[in-house]
Amino acid sequence: MNDKPAILELKNVNKSFGPIDVLHDISLKVRAGEVLCLLGDNGAGKSTLIKTLAGVHKPTSGQILMDGQPVTFVGPSDAQGRGIATVHQFGGTFPLMSIGRSFFVGVEPTKGWGPFRIYDRKRANEIAVRAVRDFGITRIDDGDRLVGGLSGGERQSLAIARAVYFGARVLILDEPTAALGVKQASHVLRIVNEAKRRGLAVVFITHQVMHAMAVGDHFAVLIRGAIAADFRKGEKSREEITDLMAGGETMADLEAQVEGYMETHEGHPPSPQVLEVPAAH
Amino acid sequence: MMDAIRSLLRRPEAGSILSLIGVVLFFVLFGGANLGTLVGAASWVNFAANLGIVAIPVGLLMISGELDISIGALIPAGSMTTAILTGYYGLPITVGIAGALAIGVAVGLVNGLLTIRTSVPSLIITLATLVAMQGVVLGGSVLLTGNASVAVTAPDWAKFLFGQLIGGSHQVIIVWWLAFAAIIGFVLHKTRYGNWLFAMGGDRVSARNAGIPTDRLTIALFVLSAVSATFVGICQAILFNSAQVSGGMNFIFNAIVSVVVGGVLLTGGFGSVLGIFVGTITFAIVSQGIYFTQIDRNWSNLIIGVMLLIAVLMNQSFRDLALYFRPRSKRSLPREPANP
Repeated sequence: MNDKPAILELKNVNKSFGPIDVLHDISLKVRAGEVLCLLGDNGAGKSTLIKTLAGVHKPTSGQILMDGQPVTFVGPSDAQGRGIATVHQFGGTFPLMSIGRSFFVGVEPTKGWGPFRIYDRKRANEIAVRAVRDFGITRIDDGDRLVGGLSGGERQSLAIARAVYFGARVLILDEPTAALGVKQASHVLRIVNEAKRRGLAVVFITHQVMHAMAVGDHFAVLIRGAIAADFRKGEKSREEITDLMAGGETMADLEAQVEGYMETHEGHPPSPQVLEVPAAH
Repeated sequence: MMDAIRSLLRRPEAGSILSLIGVVLFFVLFGGANLGTLVGAASWVNFAANLGIVAIPVGLLMISGELDISIGALIPAGSMTTAILTGYYGLPITVGIAGALAIGVAVGLVNGLLTIRTSVPSLIITLATLVAMQGVVLGGSVLLTGNASVAVTAPDWAKFLFGQLIGGSHQVIIVWWLAFAAIIGFVLHKTRYGNWLFAMGGDRVSARNAGIPTDRLTIALFVLSAVSATFVGICQAILFNSAQVSGGMNFIFNAIVSVVVGGVLLTGGFGSVLGIFVGTITFAIVSQGIYFTQIDRNWSNLIIGVMLLIAVLMNQSFRDLALYFRPRSKRSLPREPANP
């Protein structure tokens, strides 16, 4: 058990947009050196929750605490300044920029003086390449390469390395493995583990249960804006988690139906119309 | 040597340099043009300089993800303002120049503010200001002077700076163009501000989240392009000693073609000042250099169209080359979309 105090904590957070309630009474703790997996189907409120953590949205009610102190994020840059970094699905967002240039967007190292202060390309490239290589991505060796030419996993790794380099304490990873192949995804999972080893608090958003179980210490399942389950590593099986995410027993029902159909139809799977999926609440 | 060529091909300006070589070769081999006469001719250099001063800021806007076509109305706006204030009202030429530049600043501010405050694409916003400014120039000129063409005589120093013919043939605006290209090239490629423009063109929201003042930069770029256009107008008025309300519309497409041939990505995030510069020269040689060949002048637009297509296709493949380039590796890379 991890008894360290939480770096980031949500206490009874509610968020509504006008009359639409999106988040209900969310309480969560993110600790240093721990991966919190946030699981949920599309539309469960994951993105609203991330955006609340990252300072994009302000909670309608409830508290956000950092290191035990209540905080209010003025905006995303305020949250960033306090060490909360968000890495989005596709990692680098500037495909046509070089690794060095995109790594330092907005905080470019310069040399020289006055009006002749120029962008220090060599230093930027060196630091960027070293930062990713420290995370075990040795295939990246030239900071002049364009980000768009990297693989999806390498781009994620670059984005995570960048966040860590700029002093992130809390790393929010928004579906980092969703668009990746098996091998690329395992690269990213290794990097998540490395970030955890370095003592970062990681919030890992996914709907791939296998990926969550590979790195997670703590799991929270989000259904229609509320936390439906909150448990630690080893307390639930993959099937149980999948069922929870699908909003109850739907998945198990579906599997049973498919198996039943195949038994009576010489092993052919049913066409989608044959299945009667119970409407999601 | 092969390495040098390969690294050139990965640069944004590769397509424009090859286009330029191709066009010159075509004129010399099939048009019977004399290379020496062509290079020494003033006509295309003058044309390129006037166009280039507008094409550079248009290219910067395109790199940062915006477009400005109001320049077409701002060139006559610049020359008419100078001519009306100085030629018609007899005010000092400094007042005429300042008035023209002020109009550029005002229209640039309107373009920039509307672009950041609304979600309307800047193409539409600047289309509106283009048409509106045409109305203002024609209406204002007829209202104030009763005429659509006004004469202006500039003092010697102004003539020297803005309307001189160097060696009797080369307009002094060429010097302004070279200096402007050098300064903007330095800023875009060597300073952090250049990096900000590329980031804005790549992804505006991420750029803003990274702390880049995207709104201020957008406004500044629109002001720069509007002021550059009025500057070209001022130089023309002083050179020709008169100004007309018409003209300038050709600059819109000419500038966009030059910028795109120069390797700037229409959707932003990629390009270079050297590319825009060479693209402008290429365009100028096609449209003016054709007089030095036996090819009928009427075909020049066909050549421009074909060249544009070839250049854009080349730029596309060079961009892919740049994207998937890996040094010191013999493995071929799996090709996957840059940003799925």
